[in-house]
Amino acid sequence: MTRLFYDLRVRAILYQVLAVAFVASVAWYLAANVSQKLAEQNIVTGFGFLSREAGFVISPSFIDYKPTDSFARALLTGILNTIFVSALAVVFATILGLIVGVARLSGNPLLRALAFVYVEALRNVPLLLYLFLWYGLIVNLLPPVREAIELMPHVFVSNSGVTIPAMNWTPSHTKVLLALMAGVVLAMTVRRRMVAQRVSTGVERRMWPWVLLALLGPALVALLLFRPEITIEYPEKGRFRLAGGAHLKPEFTALLLGLTLSASAGIAETVRSGILSVGRGQWDATKSLGLDRGMALRLVVLPQALRVIIPPLTSAYLSLFKNSSLATAIGYPDLVLVTNTTMNQTGQAVEGIAIMMLVYLSISITISLFMNWYNARVALKER
Amino acid sequence: MKNIKPFRLVAGLGVALGLGLLASAPAQAQATLDAVKKRGKVLCGVSPVAAGFSFADDKGVRRGFDQDVCRAVSAAVFGDPDKVESVPLSTNVRFQGLQSGEVDLLSRQTTWTFSRDNSLGLDFGPIVFYDGQGIMVPAKLNVKSAGELGSAVVCVLPGTTTQQNLEDYFRPRNIKYEAVVFENSDEWRNAYFTGRCDAITTDRSDLASVRAVAPNPKDHVILPETISKEPLAPVVRQNDANWRDIVTWSFFAMVAAEELKITRANVDTFLTSKDPEVQRLLGVSGDLGKMLGLDAKWAYNVIKGVGNYAEMFDRNVGPDTPIGLTRGPNKLWTEGGLLYSPPFR
Repeated sequence: MTRLFYDLRVRAILYQVLAVAFVASVAWYLAANVSQKLAEQNIVTGFGFLSREAGFVISPSFIDYKPTDSFARALLTGILNTIFVSALAVVFATILGLIVGVARLSGNPLLRALAFVYVEALRNVPLLLYLFLWYGLIVNLLPPVREAIELMPHVFVSNSGVTIPAMNWTPSHTKVLLALMAGVVLAMTVRRRMVAQRVSTGVERRMWPWVLLALLGPALVALLLFRPEITIEYPEKGRFRLAGGAHLKPEFTALLLGLTLSASAGIAETVRSGILSVGRGQWDATKSLGLDRGMALRLVVLPQALRVIIPPLTSAYLSLFKNSSLATAIGYPDLVLVTNTTMNQTGQAVEGIAIMMLVYLSISITISLFMNWYNARVALKER
Repeated sequence: MKNIKPFRLVAGLGVALGLGLLASAPAQAQATLDAVKKRGKVLCGVSPVAAGFSFADDKGVRRGFDQDVCRAVSAAVFGDPDKVESVPLSTNVRFQGLQSGEVDLLSRQTTWTFSRDNSLGLDFGPIVFYDGQGIMVPAKLNVKSAGELGSAVVCVLPGTTTQQNLEDYFRPRNIKYEAVVFENSDEWRNAYFTGRCDAITTDRSDLASVRAVAPNPKDHVILPETISKEPLAPVVRQNDANWRDIVTWSFFAMVAAEELKITRANVDTFLTSKDPEVQRLLGVSGDLGKMLGLDAKWAYNVIKGVGNYAEMFDRNVGPDTPIGLTRGPNKLWTEGGLLYSPPFR
């Protein structure tokens, strides 16, 4: 028996089991403690509240949500609002970060200095302060909606946001849009095929008419088939607000701006470090091949830099996503804001926090998994 | 520090952590009074900023109506109204603050509702302020009633009853509106003042405080409709009936004092009064204080320290203050109001 205990492998397994048992029992203890204390204090517990009527408005919402809907649907609306603003911010921040990161290494000293100031100003001040700044600028500097500035005919700017004419959207419009998206995929396939053909046969053929046809063909067919009516709704001045048209709200705008700018500064530094990690010889090689700087960057340097860029980029995306919870401060109804209201109307704080943690955890893990997959794809393949 | 056996390390950590958890499990003392006496002060959950109800004055001292409700409790317990430590709590964390024992009572413009009373493990004290939700709009919009607010944008605070009241009021009347919800009350006020919202809604008393801090208070009108009942009451934990009684009767002492025309200034002259109710209230005869576990002069101390209800109201939110509220339903029952103290007997 003692010999078994001194066996290294047995001991290793024993420690693992003990560690797991320890963690599990602490978790169990905490959960039991919470539910016991809540019961002792007569505080209602459980997730039954999710099916009750929420009774408060959320705007904007991307799904059809009415105050008569359940708390569960209200929370879903909040989750979608969080995802929507984060996803847009990720796209914009990546583009902006790439541009600024390249500018940091530019040969032009003015551009280089400008990019330097941009990065340092944005990443050294807490995001929350920037959110207050952007929101404060929009709300305090722009006129109220009744004195809205008419930028162009039918385009109004005020401290309630931007209102533009909008097309009435019908299911047939959606079908045309889907056909257009299919066209993009088709065009990419056609182009790839033709390039492959050119490489293998060496015969040069004109590509663009075919690609263009693949791109627009399906959409044109759908257009003739479904004949979507084009009616445009113009914003009009009502008693309080501009009625009709599409409306970009200041809370959303300020949040998107804040998240995009602050994340782009971090991404710019990541891009810069990635580019610097590519050996000098690679640049020299592109010069000897006669590639210009843009082509060298696009075809040779950036693909190699990606390997260094992606792991920190994952962290940047994750923190951007989590930072979107600061929305609460400036009144954008994200998951946190909706959960706060829910917790207060039901008094069930433990459940509310648990739901929030679960949602943030699962979406963050999804982002990590996707980025890890992409990282593995672009990693150096050693053959 | 060599050769620490991993097993012992894990076991030691486990024991230490386990003991720590046991010790830190919130001890819900049945006797809040004992804890308060031992600490030497009352921990009072208040609004961070609400002019007239709880706000820091130019010397950094918190004043206001809600503050005075706490000071009355402090006077009853310690004979000194100033043994209060205020803990500013946002609307969103106020109940958790009380549940977890961070404060002894909540005196923070909190509306007494059925579900709050029955699902939070909390109890409400007496109604200290009869309020109702109102809507304020800029005067230049020329809105005369809430029914005209179709398609307007309304600024609201989260985690309050106001969000649901607004819906309850507008839905049956088929009025479409949009709400912008702010976590922070400064942002909420500012959004209204800058015109991001066409209207702002909260309890009427609170609207009066918002108007009091407006750049020009005359530019704003509170609409005539009261769209809900908002009985504001202090809140305590459910598990301590004695503490709840202390909070309840400290307040009633002020109401009874107004009814008996006892004020801060003249309370000493009443010590020789022949009126048996006055004698019982001020602890000249009987042993009401003992029943609460307090000093015989507890109510005398409340009146001497804080005053009667009228004094408290007028000092903080009355017509001569920037808040400028009239008593309305908060008059004594003898004057057509709703304030009514059970007898001190």
